[in-house]
Amino acid sequence: MKHFFTILSHEVRMLLVSPATYIAGVLFLWLMGFIFTSILEQFSKASQAESPAAVFFQLYFLPVIFMVPLLTMKCLAEERRMGTIETLLTTPVTTTEVVLGKYAAAYLLYLSFWGSTSGLFYILKRFAGDEHLIDSGPIIGGYIFIAVSGLLFIAIGVFSSALSRNQAVAGMICASILIGLILGTRYLGNTSWLENESLAPFKAAVDYVQIWQHYQDFTRGVVDTRELLFYASGTFLALIFSILSVEAKLLHS
Amino acid sequence: MPETPHPPAIEVSHLVKTFSGVPAVNDISFAAPRGEILGFLGPNGAGKSTTMRILTGYLPATSGQVSICGFPVASDPDAVKRRIGYMPENNPLPEEMRVSEYLYFRGRLKEVPRRKLGSRIDEVLELCDLKHVRHKIIGRLSKGFRQRVGIAESVLAEPPVIIMDEPTIGLDPHQILIVRDLIASLRGRMTVLISSHILPEIEVTCDRVLIINQGRIVAQGTPANLRREVLGHSAYEVEAAGPLGSLAFLLSSVDPGLSVASEGEADSLGFRKITLKTMNDDDVGEAILRAFLSEGLRVRSLCRARPTLEDVFLAATRRSWDTVAEEPKEEGRA
Repeated sequence: MKHFFTILSHEVRMLLVSPATYIAGVLFLWLMGFIFTSILEQFSKASQAESPAAVFFQLYFLPVIFMVPLLTMKCLAEERRMGTIETLLTTPVTTTEVVLGKYAAAYLLYLSFWGSTSGLFYILKRFAGDEHLIDSGPIIGGYIFIAVSGLLFIAIGVFSSALSRNQAVAGMICASILIGLILGTRYLGNTSWLENESLAPFKAAVDYVQIWQHYQDFTRGVVDTRELLFYASGTFLALIFSILSVEAKLLHS
Repeated sequence: MPETPHPPAIEVSHLVKTFSGVPAVNDISFAAPRGEILGFLGPNGAGKSTTMRILTGYLPATSGQVSICGFPVASDPDAVKRRIGYMPENNPLPEEMRVSEYLYFRGRLKEVPRRKLGSRIDEVLELCDLKHVRHKIIGRLSKGFRQRVGIAESVLAEPPVIIMDEPTIGLDPHQILIVRDLIASLRGRMTVLISSHILPEIEVTCDRVLIINQGRIVAQGTPANLRREVLGHSAYEVEAAGPLGSLAFLLSSVDPGLSVASEGEADSLGFRKITLKTMNDDDVGEAILRAFLSEGLRVRSLCRARPTLEDVFLAATRRSWDTVAEEPKEEGRA
């Protein structure tokens, strides 16, 4: 694992010097700021049942579906398209170290993007002067949810990037999986035909992977170990498959 | 095997690699002692790059054994990767890094101690004449510089074995000269395996040449030996004027094997170009000259034609095509 940090620091440095990172960061903050202001506007018109933070984090899927593919589609697809994976893997570095290093760098970037949205809450607290708008429970719960679910989302992105040497294809695969996972399971969970008695085990499984449900638990301050296990095992699987996929492409190249 | 005092730097025995049933490398065996510069020649698709990739542990072999410095590639890839410097075909480099950053990153990956790395990078930059571009972004460098960055990178960790896939491709003659000197400067210290299309390159730099075609080794040896073995004759070119009627008799008095291979048209001064061929390997130039002069022929020039590696290469690969083409017939008869 000693090369993990070499690769991680190299990846982070590359992200920091790349203009694309800053453009993505600005666009992300612009979108989040836009969402945040429109939520506050709703609040100013009529008082709402939920705090602004709760509503804000409810819309986490919007940036996730378009940011995660953009952040991760490059990481392995680019290496393979340029052929630099060949020079990388002929040094005493294992595929595991390469995949984990790239994963960790993408995850750190994802976290720092989300971390920058805390500025929105700071501005609100500083200038609104209205204590009931700032409810620290949902904010902390929301950020923990983002950090934990991000593990899985980024791992899915890395996996998609390992599948194709074309960045666009990798991005589309990633977006499709994320939409299926976040919106698809929600849709399935609400369908009535699943209520059928004989489909009960299936229904239980769908309920278990309801990321929507997880989100609500987190913002209510409920940290369920089953949910943590879901994200941990999902991340683990996606990363294992990424490593296997990189190695399989070498075997069958 | 690592216990033996000096195992050969590269040892390949009965290496076979098939891609979905189609053999790319077909039963290749060779060895390179330490410090040797070994050239790898072959037409496109002969299996050069595949063999090199297997040597580096990047691709697994279908069957056969490969070891680097006594460490088998299949079972001990880590030990092998610590002992090689590899420059792949087309020399892929990250576009957005600076030269010195790239070398630093590669040095860390190759486990060069952090204390030594700075001075080592200065050394290879000096060696490859890259000092003034060390802060440039790789994507903006010209082909020649990029190629030298690749070479600098492969010698960075001072590995005992260096494998370069077409290091001189796309370089101008001046740069080729620099690269050639660079590779020659490694002689004795490192074992170098290079493949190239540019045959004079291989001829000047390499101690030994392997010619490979359709996944098989069709000829190997020093360039001089290859000439003798594959072409099997030496040739002389004479420009002479005068009566040439008694030429055949005259030549047989010099060397019974000597014969006229071709005779050119006489030019305005009456000189014609005559090509002579012999199986004899000794230099009979002086004897030929004496014989011509004793017959009263005027001689303007005499030289021993040196067949280039190109001729050898063409002869060797053609020969192997012939054998491959004949094989099905024999099977049919049996």
